[in-house]
Amino acid sequence: MHNFEFVKPASVAEAVKALSAGGAQALSGGQTLMPTMKQRLAAPDVLVSLTGIAEMQGVSGRAGASVTIGAATTHATVAREAAAFYPALAALAGGIGDPAVRNRGTIGGSLANNDPAACYPSAVLASGATIVTNAREIAADDYFQGLFSTALDEGEIITKVVFPIPQKAAYVKFNQPASRFALTGVFVAKFADGVRVAVTGASNDGVFRWTEAEAALSADFRPEAVAGLTADAGAMIGDLHGTPEYRAALVRVLTGRAVAAA
Amino acid sequence: MPKDSGIGAASKRREDVRFLTGRGVYTDDLKIQAQAHAVMVRSAVAHGRIVSVDTSAAAAMPGVLAVFTGEDFKDVGGNPAGWLIKSRNGEPMREPKRPVLAHGKVRHVGDAYAAVVAETYQQARDAAQQLADDTVIEELPAIIDMKAAAADASNRVHDEIPDNICFDWGWIEDNRAAVDAVFAKAPHVTTLELVNNRLVPNAMEPRASIGEYFPGTGDYKLTTTSQNPHLTRLLVAAFVMGIPENKLTVVAPDVGGGFGSKIYHYGEEALVLAAAKKLGRAVRWTAERSESFLSDAHGRDHVTKIELACEKDGTFLAFRTETYANVGAYLSNFSTATPTFLHGTLMAGPYKVPHVYVNVKTIFTNTAPVDAYRGAGRPEATFSLERVIDKMCRELSLDPFEVRRKNFITTDMFPYTTPVGLAYDTGDYHATLDKVIQIADVSGFEMRRQASASKGKLRGMGLSTWIEACGIAPSHLVGVLGSRVGLYDAATVRVNATGNISVMVGAHSHGQGHETVFPQIVAERLGVPESAVEIVHGDTSKIPFGMGSYGSRSLAVCGVAMNKAIDKIVAKGRKIAAHMLEASEDDITFADGKFSVAGTDKAKTFGEIAFSAYVPHNYPLETLEPGLEETAFYDPANFTYPAGAYICEVEVDADTGKVDVVAFHCADDFGNIMNPMIVEGQVHGGVGQGIGQALLENTSYDENGQLLTGSFMDYAMPRADDVPFYNVDYSCQTPCTHNPLGVKGCGEAGAIGSPPAVVNAVIDALHRGGITHVDHINMPVSPGRVWQAING
Amino acid sequence: MTKVSMTVNGKAVSGEVEGRTLLVQFLRENLGLTGTHVGCDTSQCGACVVHVDGKAVKSCTTFALDVAGASVKTIEGMANADGSLSVIQQSFQDHHGLQCGFCTPGMVMSAAALLADNPRPTEAEVRHGLEGNICRCTGYHNIVKAVMAASGQTVAAE
Repeated sequence: MHNFEFVKPASVAEAVKALSAGGAQALSGGQTLMPTMKQRLAAPDVLVSLTGIAEMQGVSGRAGASVTIGAATTHATVAREAAAFYPALAALAGGIGDPAVRNRGTIGGSLANNDPAACYPSAVLASGATIVTNAREIAADDYFQGLFSTALDEGEIITKVVFPIPQKAAYVKFNQPASRFALTGVFVAKFADGVRVAVTGASNDGVFRWTEAEAALSADFRPEAVAGLTADAGAMIGDLHGTPEYRAALVRVLTGRAVAAA
Repeated sequence: MPKDSGIGAASKRREDVRFLTGRGVYTDDLKIQAQAHAVMVRSAVAHGRIVSVDTSAAAAMPGVLAVFTGEDFKDVGGNPAGWLIKSRNGEPMREPKRPVLAHGKVRHVGDAYAAVVAETYQQARDAAQQLADDTVIEELPAIIDMKAAAADASNRVHDEIPDNICFDWGWIEDNRAAVDAVFAKAPHVTTLELVNNRLVPNAMEPRASIGEYFPGTGDYKLTTTSQNPHLTRLLVAAFVMGIPENKLTVVAPDVGGGFGSKIYHYGEEALVLAAAKKLGRAVRWTAERSESFLSDAHGRDHVTKIELACEKDGTFLAFRTETYANVGAYLSNFSTATPTFLHGTLMAGPYKVPHVYVNVKTIFTNTAPVDAYRGAGRPEATFSLERVIDKMCRELSLDPFEVRRKNFITTDMFPYTTPVGLAYDTGDYHATLDKVIQIADVSGFEMRRQASASKGKLRGMGLSTWIEACGIAPSHLVGVLGSRVGLYDAATVRVNATGNISVMVGAHSHGQGHETVFPQIVAERLGVPESAVEIVHGDTSKIPFGMGSYGSRSLAVCGVAMNKAIDKIVAKGRKIAAHMLEASEDDITFADGKFSVAGTDKAKTFGEIAFSAYVPHNYPLETLEPGLEETAFYDPANFTYPAGAYICEVEVDADTGKVDVVAFHCADDFGNIMNPMIVEGQVHGGVGQGIGQALLENTSYDENGQLLTGSFMDYAMPRADDVPFYNVDYSCQTPCTHNPLGVKGCGEAGAIGSPPAVVNAVIDALHRGGITHVDHINMPVSPGRVWQAING
Repeated sequence: MTKVSMTVNGKAVSGEVEGRTLLVQFLRENLGLTGTHVGCDTSQCGACVVHVDGKAVKSCTTFALDVAGASVKTIEGMANADGSLSVIQQSFQDHHGLQCGFCTPGMVMSAAALLADNPRPTEAEVRHGLEGNICRCTGYHNIVKAVMAASGQTVAAE
């Protein structure tokens, strides 16, 4: 890996300032960025660690209303501390990577990277969460903009994520057998005003909402409601782990299972 | 009552203490005074002509000490193939030079064509990047598909080899017509085309090498991740570098797994030695995992058509196979033996089939070299046989257990000569089959299947009965078959003056537990505590010339050599005792660590005899040399033939294609057992790798020769939650008849017997679940492939 | 170069590192603690797992400077004060939970963290809890047994 200057600010304001320097990049848990840097596919001049910023840590919430997660909160902490507010979200966090990865990786890092096979984007999109940055609030529906692409501006830092808490929800992930990322993952969230279904891992465009399933489930929240639907394979990823048709089939199967588990 | 020490005891491993406390010393753990760091510059394209390599900018970068290219090694020798195989037409195999660094052409992604040595690793890495940027390689079309490669004379991996075929081998060619005649008249023929998937060995310790040169004496030292330091010394010194063997010491310290991939000599070993001499400094190189994926010798990679001719009642008449075996871009040291004499000779299995013919075409491609990986040829043979037998049973509606029974060689038939050239000395295949049926509770399967069905899962059961030839190998036989080395082993037993014992062995332990097991044998034989025996291995300056560890040979060959050396120690001890006890040597008996005069209470302890040998005051010096140290070489009279029967049960989720191995039962015959705990561990590990091959591990090159599965992100290694507990039995024991320990070897068994059991179970599950159009799925039987098979 | 200080196995240590220096490099190269191994470059294999402030992390995917001031525990710090093997280390030896030993330090550190969180895990919890540690030798059978036995449970599997 190329060398860089390492800085570790103690506040969001300092971090924003540090990131305004040319060639600066934010580092959260580093569980994706560091392997990328080892391959020399990323080579920042300045790396700004966000792990020392107290205001970006922690889980707080109001039962039945919302839960707020600091962007630098690790997956392990979310798995532990969000369980009382939003069990499906906590379960998702507890299934990311492996225990050691969960002790470093953070929700903000995952969302800023927006890997098409990451778990968190599905929860954020299905929950209709709000991404809060140092500069603004971004609705989930506006945030995800394709593979590794988001609404964040250069130097903009996610500080926290606010999740409305659905009446029922579940995430079902089917592992890519090597990386243990989602080959396909489906997050189903049932709110008073309807059901949202978000799919990760499957699409060439990254996380997406499966609107046909949302309509069907909003009318009838049972697994049978999606059994006859077909996700569009045309937009799905085809690789050595599965064809587009296979991923499309997984989307339907996992959606049904998520409804059953919710 | 289990023993608590000696042969057959489950002695705990003494080596564990250092590994569990972080005090193991692997090659990369060593820090040498004034060491420099080497980084290899590897080809990013699969096939290309090297137009120019401009080293000037890299050489001028900070910290850079030396830059090497293929030009620097063009006049030294190539890394040779260890076996000369002849084609059916009698021609010798095509044997292109494998240089230390690629010269003229690069032939696979990861082929090293240059190296940079610098003060620090990072400086070397930076300069390697610069050198890569300053290299012009004219990319040529990649040759990846084996059948296409063999059919295309215009595009060549090696310019001098027109059809990319290394050899076209028939075994046994003289039997071909007779086998064809059986097929022409057979009442039933089952045909199966299958792939034995290419695997990346992925020992957890990446390869590493440190070269040192001592100008005062002209001596070299190579510390390296090797399964066989003497073979590495022979190859690097005599064949490649032209260094006298006695001026090179090769040390393989703690080695973190091998599975075959660390048998072979690799160019990096020659490079660090050459660099050390040039710079007068230690030069070290350690692979990153991504380099290991690109440059370690891979395993398997066969495309096979197998046919089985039989009676309608399932009696085997003949097997016939045609295999394309990938050797990759260069011939790795055992690459030509693996698809031939470790594969074709096993194609009769444990069956009394009268006719077998095997054809293997070995093909060069623009991929990493392929060589022996745990099991080496024998898993490929077993998979082909056990899958085609399973398919035949389904076609003829025959019970797979009964078909095996009907065709097994029976105990009254040993020694049994197969139609593919091996002479099995002993075995009892019915016994292991009966045992596995019992431990797997086959009669309870239907209830388990229904329980799975109630969870929405399809349950299936797969059987595999396997045999291997190991204890590699009788030199006279392998010499006839083309081996360029002998495959004996050696041990020196040095009884020290105070009675404790150092044993120098040619075998190399990289997980097998020799440091614990070998002393158990010494302790049993000499009546000393295990703790009084120390095993020395892995250093050519300390040990006798042995051939290392692979092919389940450590105990069956080196262990027997050690046992022979112990015989000599006892014989000499009797002479010393006879003198001290003033008795005839013929009257001296040795038991429980005491030399006694038969029929009297006169005796000397082993310790007293040892002391006398080194302080020979009362000693027959006129007829006997002082000292108590003996070396023995042992060359086995035959292979050993472990065999067994495995049953796998799987649950298939038909909606997602996911296969879970829910039970795995092994009944093996390894002959006599020295340490049951270690035997179980070896079987566990082999089965784990076999399940990995069957369900997870996929080495995939794209049409341009880029490795798509070049990291653990895409190459699925078995994890703890991919496998179940295994049920391992080794109570069926027919001791090997031609070695005095009666041992056969257990290291590869699990990897040989398990893949067909898993795949047979998956197909069984689908058929029982009404999905009857699927008669085969190629490994790895991944969820995507299962789903495609069901829905395709 | 920047000075970094932390506590490793109970001792205050410091050294000069670059921004890119990984925790595992600091441990192995600066401190000579070579028990922690590097088995991959994609944060998958777990041979490098150590504890940072009591939590298992992959030291190959952690910058040394990012854990300045932290308390780090490595395999070299796992034995009892008198040098004898700790319960979990002893269990690995008793149950033949290692062969080549290369993955073992990371496996022991992950297992210790697992048991600290969940003192009586089920077999499935052990297997899931070790999914970030790859072993090529054992087929995991005896590792799972060793971890369960270290938790004081009887292990059904032979």
